[in-house]
Amino acid sequence: MVTTTTVREPAARTGPDGPAPRPRRGRTPRALRRRPNVLAGLGGFVWLAVIIVPVYYVVISSLRAQQGFFATNPLAFPSHITFDNYSLVLNSGFGRYFLNSVVITIAAVAVTVVLSLMAAYAVVRGNGRFVRSAFSVFLLGLAIPVHATIIPLYYMITKVHLYDSLLALILPSIGFAIPITVLILANFIRDIPKELFESMRMDGASDLRILRSLVMPLARPAIVTVGIYDGLHVWNGFLFPLILTQSPNQRVLPMALWTFQGEFTVNVPAILAAVVLSTLPMLAAYLLGRRYLVRGLTAGFSK
Amino acid sequence: MSVLPTDNPAARRRGSGASGLFAVPALLMFVVFALVPLAGAVVLSFTHWDGLGAITWQGLSNWTRVLHDPLTGNALLLTVKIMVVSWVVQTPISLLLGVFTAGTQRYRAVLAALYFVPLLLSSAAVAIAFKALLDPNFGIGGAPGLHALAQNWLGDPDLVLYVVIFVIAWQFVPFHTLLYQAAVRQIPDSLYEAATIDGAGRLQQFWYITLPQLRNTVITSSTLMITGSLTYFDVVFVLTAGGPGNSTRLLPVDMYLTGFQANDMGDASVLAVILVVIGLALAFVLTRFSGFSRMRSEQEGL
Repeated sequence: MVTTTTVREPAARTGPDGPAPRPRRGRTPRALRRRPNVLAGLGGFVWLAVIIVPVYYVVISSLRAQQGFFATNPLAFPSHITFDNYSLVLNSGFGRYFLNSVVITIAAVAVTVVLSLMAAYAVVRGNGRFVRSAFSVFLLGLAIPVHATIIPLYYMITKVHLYDSLLALILPSIGFAIPITVLILANFIRDIPKELFESMRMDGASDLRILRSLVMPLARPAIVTVGIYDGLHVWNGFLFPLILTQSPNQRVLPMALWTFQGEFTVNVPAILAAVVLSTLPMLAAYLLGRRYLVRGLTAGFSK
Repeated sequence: MSVLPTDNPAARRRGSGASGLFAVPALLMFVVFALVPLAGAVVLSFTHWDGLGAITWQGLSNWTRVLHDPLTGNALLLTVKIMVVSWVVQTPISLLLGVFTAGTQRYRAVLAALYFVPLLLSSAAVAIAFKALLDPNFGIGGAPGLHALAQNWLGDPDLVLYVVIFVIAWQFVPFHTLLYQAAVRQIPDSLYEAATIDGAGRLQQFWYITLPQLRNTVITSSTLMITGSLTYFDVVFVLTAGGPGNSTRLLPVDMYLTGFQANDMGDASVLAVILVVIGLALAFVLTRFSGFSRMRSEQEGL
């Protein structure tokens, strides 16, 4: 009971008789909060409409029957809801495509994060010309558009007989995710106090040991950030699958959407059901880890 | 740090430094899958290759042909246009939304969560959704009262580029809004309190406190936006495939169509090299004249 009251006490402070609420760090000051900003609110709701109308259209259209689709009011809620479109899409190999997407995303992110963590540690804690030039090379990588390298990549992947395999998607994804990942991780590791490294070194810890017991636990927020950022990129990647794979067995979700669109040209509700289905995994991830996702996406860049 | 005799590996192990070897695997992956292909694009730009058969040396003929092709000029112009207009459209919207959602009311938190939704959709999903939504037959124009929206949005060469810019904004504004929101929340309250005491109005506070405090975020966001606009491929390719005519044939789209649909990898490689040159030039200019150079020198200073 005692604990409950102490927990609730802060809420009472905001009551009319309580002491003035303490100004909290990083929030809009009270003076601004009292006067509603009508114009900003209006703008905010206009943008909400811009965001929501397409999403609403896609969802309700995916629940319509194909018959009569072209004649209905596109924004009206369907009088008769059907899940036929969803079962059609699910029976068109969706499970396989989903699994492929999961495999390439997990594999690419895991390898990228491990290699980049090692590299970031070496860049921050190492000395000598090699690590300095290594870091410059990574920085250069940020400016290279993926598209510019796709033709030679296609050539290389074909030559080593990896064309039309999931590995053909995983390997270049790692290569292109490494620069930004190293950069963000290095920025973070740089903030770890030097003394911690030195005292571990005094105790005779090896690089691997320091990486495992010191860097990894302390850099966890940064690891989450890059994991999310890289994961989104690999999951949504379109160019590598478009050029480096071909058969339905190696198809990933964005590619599946694109081919559905070609196959079901007249069945628009089914195409839109595929769009919804392809988004559901991300939506689930978002609902489960909203805090991490938003913080992770912003933390890496807001320095 | 430089006191340590770095040439002696045994001494370095005793010191606090880390082995540079730890950077090798990442470097190797990056070199093999990004830098080698980059060099490959340069080499291929002097050859003829249909994507399957033998590669034959061509010298400079690809370059002269591609540089004289009006399609290249068209692609460059469209790329610059989309880069500039996208920046002009997206930056104020994201900035204002970021400032707006940084407030504390509950409804703003709900709005901010809803603004996040486009980030959950892949580019292919976004493009397909808008393709349906903008269809003159069954799209949004069919709703009662919205017949003005029943345009042939994607079929009209004069309209389509702006539709593409809108769709790209729809997809990317939420990300930049997040950046601005995070930055606004880091502005110390004391600045606003002092300004309120001095009698500054909301507009003045925005102009004299919020905006200057967001300077670095504007630079970060703009850099990502401008370099990112060179890679607007997925959405455009699925939405319009470069058409109608060549009215959305941006540089990366032009490269793809030349290489993988017209099977001319030599000419496509010339376009790829142009893309890289523009990317590097932009990165150079942006790091040189913005706060990114400070960030970079900090990193290099270790």
